[in-house]
Amino acid sequence: MKDLFAKKITFWKLVAGVLILGGIVSAVERYSLGLGATTHLADTFPWGIWIGIDILVGVGLAAGGFTIAGTVYILNLERFRPILRPTILTAFLGYVLVICGLMADLGRPWAIWHAMVMWNPHSVMFEVAWCVMLYTTVLALEFSPAVFERFKLERAKNVVKTITIPLVILGVVLSTLHQSSLGSLFLIIPSRMHPLWYSNVLPFLFIISCVAAGLAMTIFESFLSARAFGRAVELPLLSDLARVIVVVLALFFTVRIQDLINRDALKYVFEGSYQSNLFLLEIVMGVVAPFCLLLFRRVRTSKTGLFYSSVLVLAGFVAHRVNTAITSMEHWPSRVYIPSWQEIGITLGLAATGFVAFSFMARYFNVFGEGAHGNVEGSSPKITLRAVASK
Amino acid sequence: MAMGKSKGLLIDVTRCIGCRSCAVACAEANHLPQEEASELSATHYTVVKSLNNDQLFVRRMCMHCNKPTCVSACLVGAFTKTDEGPVLYDESKCIGCRYCMQACPFEVPRYEWGSLTPRIQKCRMCYERVVRGEQTACAAACPTGANLFGDRESLIEEGQKRIRENPGQYINDIYGLTEAGGTSVMYLSNVPFEALGLPINLPKEPIPDLSWRVLSQIPKYTVAASVLLFGIRWITARRDDVAKFEAAERRKNEELKQAAYAERQRR
Repeated sequence: MKDLFAKKITFWKLVAGVLILGGIVSAVERYSLGLGATTHLADTFPWGIWIGIDILVGVGLAAGGFTIAGTVYILNLERFRPILRPTILTAFLGYVLVICGLMADLGRPWAIWHAMVMWNPHSVMFEVAWCVMLYTTVLALEFSPAVFERFKLERAKNVVKTITIPLVILGVVLSTLHQSSLGSLFLIIPSRMHPLWYSNVLPFLFIISCVAAGLAMTIFESFLSARAFGRAVELPLLSDLARVIVVVLALFFTVRIQDLINRDALKYVFEGSYQSNLFLLEIVMGVVAPFCLLLFRRVRTSKTGLFYSSVLVLAGFVAHRVNTAITSMEHWPSRVYIPSWQEIGITLGLAATGFVAFSFMARYFNVFGEGAHGNVEGSSPKITLRAVASK
Repeated sequence: MAMGKSKGLLIDVTRCIGCRSCAVACAEANHLPQEEASELSATHYTVVKSLNNDQLFVRRMCMHCNKPTCVSACLVGAFTKTDEGPVLYDESKCIGCRYCMQACPFEVPRYEWGSLTPRIQKCRMCYERVVRGEQTACAAACPTGANLFGDRESLIEEGQKRIRENPGQYINDIYGLTEAGGTSVMYLSNVPFEALGLPINLPKEPIPDLSWRVLSQIPKYTVAASVLLFGIRWITARRDDVAKFEAAERRKNEELKQAAYAERQRR
């Protein structure tokens, strides 16, 4: 059994290594040959998966950071503390990777600092840029106690501790602004997007869906961590998160459908086109299916049920973002976008980097130790961690 | 006040013979390669498109909107709408996010995809010439009066006059009068504008308003949300404190009771 576990780790390490190598090769190509030669972007399709996935999805998956921080500190629900640090870490790494993705996508990345000094408050992109900068800083500060603990910097830790509440509140405000502003980015493109996705409620849809995705990501990350570090899963906590996901999915579905009705766009749902099929995939696979599954207590309280339901939520979330950014702008056959291997390479490479960085940070810092009662099934995480590390 | 002086172009497709003099003059004025093209690109600020087997020609270029979407979309303010009418791009500010390309309702901004220091490229309405009081290179080169340069106001009057005086020759509308809040470049046509390939599903209001409606709420939202969150935190923390205090009280009462009981027992 132990051998099997070790082999699995090696297999995933190999996968991660290959993906990161692919990412590096893609990045070298992108920076030495330019965007035209290495992407399938064009004048008629200026944004691809680096925006649609690396940024829109990356930011959304980091939404667990503000929801769990808000739950622990604002709602004062201390029992969620065991999953706080890993979630903050996921969010922080998510944002760092978003910035890396942005550096690949920007045509003039060396000028990125212009966003700090050249202001145009009328631009949604301006809001996005500032929220990314500020919230990444907030996340770094929210995670910093773990770093200070490692280096025994008690005073620094106490300084951060005294500003925790304002920091968390700032984080929630920035996140809600930021998550919704990613939807607002598309408000300005009414004539070019398919009516199944363009809507003036896009900012609301983006914020609702990111809450579900952020919580699903927390569940997903908990299971992966449990497996990688031989820890127990905080099943009761995760089941509670799943209950919240059910409510959020219902809200998303209601707003989404009501909006289609209001705009008289319901007729496009079953028109059988490329777009309508992808819409159905998005809504049935990513919203209806996990909603129905998680309605059952048996699913919510079973490891397998929770894990696969959260994967569905994540897949639906990715589908919604990719459909909004890419599918809605495609027109067969005059305007089709299929990402190049370098675009896919960088996207997968960044995702793999995220997993590797998380596992490294979790080994190096006390990410899971905070709030020992989260350790439901008995064994101390530190001992198990050391046992895994020494192997 | 400056809008009165704002210049523009009136393109009358019924007078266009497809000679491409405008495109040639444009390439020369902007030092671009002289080659025919059917779509705008980083090296073609304007193109003359042939429709209906060379029966109809339509010229495409930047529309120089009155309230340009690109100006509002660019986070570093690399685009400006000048008082004279032209919308200009400043490459020294640009970070290359391409939101302008995504945002432009006319899909005008083009990118230097092959370059390692890529820039946006588009028609500049010959800004330097216009400031000097000259007309644009394309209008100066047009032999038929299909490209009319002038004050936007007087161009609208001229357009309405042509429609009025030539019944049946034009469809009764000027494209660009209200599209996306109005544009400096406008079209007169004898066929529906849709047939010219111009987008007809654009809002009549300036498109930047669509996002400004949301963006302008941010300060209000930030204050309200912060206050609300601090309030919730205060309530939940207070509830904790009260619970702790009550537990301590109960413990104290319990101890007192036990002490009293023990006292009684001793007696």
